[in-house]
Amino acid sequence: MPFLLPIGNNKFNKALTVLIKTPKSYLLKENEVTPENVYLNRRGLLKGLGFLGAGALLSSTSTTASADWFSKDEPTKFKTTALKFQTDQNTDNLILTPEAKITSHNNFYEFGTSKTDPVNNAQGFKIDPWKLTISGECDKPYTLDLDDLTKAFALEERIYRMRCVEAWSMVIPWVGFELAKLLKKAQPNSRANFVAFETLHDPQQMPGQASRRVGGGINYPYVEGLRIDEAMNPLTLMSVGLYGKTLPAQNGAPIRLVVPWKYGFKSIKSIVGIKFVEQQPAATWNILAPNEYGFYANVNPEVDHPRWSQASERRITSGGLFARNRIDTLPFNGYGEQVADMYKNLNLRKNF
Amino acid sequence: MTKNTVLIRAPFKKLLAKHQVKLFKLFIHLAALFPLINAYYLAFTDQLGADPVEAILHFTGIGAFNLLLLSLAITPISKRFKISILLKIRRLVGLYSFTYAFCHLANFLVFEVQFDWLLFINEIIKRPYITVGMAGFIILLSLAVTSISVLKKRMGKRWQKLHNWVYLAVVLVGIHFYWSVKSEIIEPSIYLFIALVLLSVRFKKLTRFKK
Repeated sequence: MPFLLPIGNNKFNKALTVLIKTPKSYLLKENEVTPENVYLNRRGLLKGLGFLGAGALLSSTSTTASADWFSKDEPTKFKTTALKFQTDQNTDNLILTPEAKITSHNNFYEFGTSKTDPVNNAQGFKIDPWKLTISGECDKPYTLDLDDLTKAFALEERIYRMRCVEAWSMVIPWVGFELAKLLKKAQPNSRANFVAFETLHDPQQMPGQASRRVGGGINYPYVEGLRIDEAMNPLTLMSVGLYGKTLPAQNGAPIRLVVPWKYGFKSIKSIVGIKFVEQQPAATWNILAPNEYGFYANVNPEVDHPRWSQASERRITSGGLFARNRIDTLPFNGYGEQVADMYKNLNLRKNF
Repeated sequence: MTKNTVLIRAPFKKLLAKHQVKLFKLFIHLAALFPLINAYYLAFTDQLGADPVEAILHFTGIGAFNLLLLSLAITPISKRFKISILLKIRRLVGLYSFTYAFCHLANFLVFEVQFDWLLFINEIIKRPYITVGMAGFIILLSLAVTSISVLKKRMGKRWQKLHNWVYLAVVLVGIHFYWSVKSEIIEPSIYLFIALVLLSVRFKKLTRFKK
């Protein structure tokens, strides 16, 4: 309740909040949490549906998913390991999206276009060896290998809201380090106006890159970019983990970008290249549909996507169909205080 | 084969023949209703993926389209292979297409925009893919309402004229699907192609319809 007590005693604030505020509908209640075993069995349940009903006729499963039916169930599972990090105190009392949902609802077209394709298709993803090169307009370009990603910089937890351009959102406890730390180490020069990012290109491992049908007609590798001040902003995170462990493959292992005030597609996954550049770099979705996805892609409830409203969003927590989870979308996804200054001379309607 | 088995089988076959249509209809009821009820059960109990709202929206939308295409495939198939019984279940398949479409629209209102009526109406007007989807739904609705035998008799020639609008509906639904996706246009393209094939086998009828 920031309008009640913008500053002051946090405990008092909390007590007041309890007294005054009726719990928000999207807050997670204890009894709404799906037991993990039930949750993990969802594929079995869905498969049952496919076989028992007029599945082939009515189900919307893509061909990649149905091909799964005939392969062995979960042959390998991508390994994640526990990380050491400084925890986030979660002073905003954000209700976390359950881990099982964060790791099974992904837009990662390299592994297929449906939300469940990545968790189903990425389990065999090999990230060792990995090379992340930092290059371009800088004095000290360098390379990090897999081990360095979790060791070169002190790790901290950041609980961020994640707003997808498709008008749903999650709250995710990332683990990582500020991108600024990684960038400063390379000592960018005066021509470094932008930072360009690139995802791994490995069609043998990423079926979406091998086939346009699986990959949704995107040109790979996936690329993204930020202005240098955006990249240096303390909120901008290089994430190597979530929920205290290293990133699952489907969430962009071993390292990904997290820009919490921009739509999710800016937060590029499985990064192999970071380059300082002089001119505004290309960005995958922007190339594909420039009228729908801007370079800036700042979360903005006042600028609609041409095909749907961005004024509100559904916060994914738990509780099934009846979770009343539609909430207002905030400018800059609620991070305006930290980032709005960077755009004060920019027409945000034009530069969406 | 002994005499006995023949004796037992004969009445059974007769019974089967007598109730062939009923049995066929029962099968369609089960095949259409079971997946629908099952999907809602899973969605209500939060077992239909991470975002049950999106999942149930897509399930009912694709289901409606599948059934609509199936209902349009019935006439050419029954003519080509001379299976007259198929024509007797065509209306039921069409009605289930409408049922799925109704659920699809209800899902959007109840679970997606969550009774934000202003947003609901705004989205229908402002978003071309929703506008064409809604137009398709209104056609299906009017076909479903007039599908009862009494009305069919009473409407005479006008009934067939009205029900020819299904050809427009299937195109609108195809466009609705095609425009709704972000970049993965292959699946909706296949659907549109099938719709056009089903229309092309009626080419003669459609050109007559135009005049």
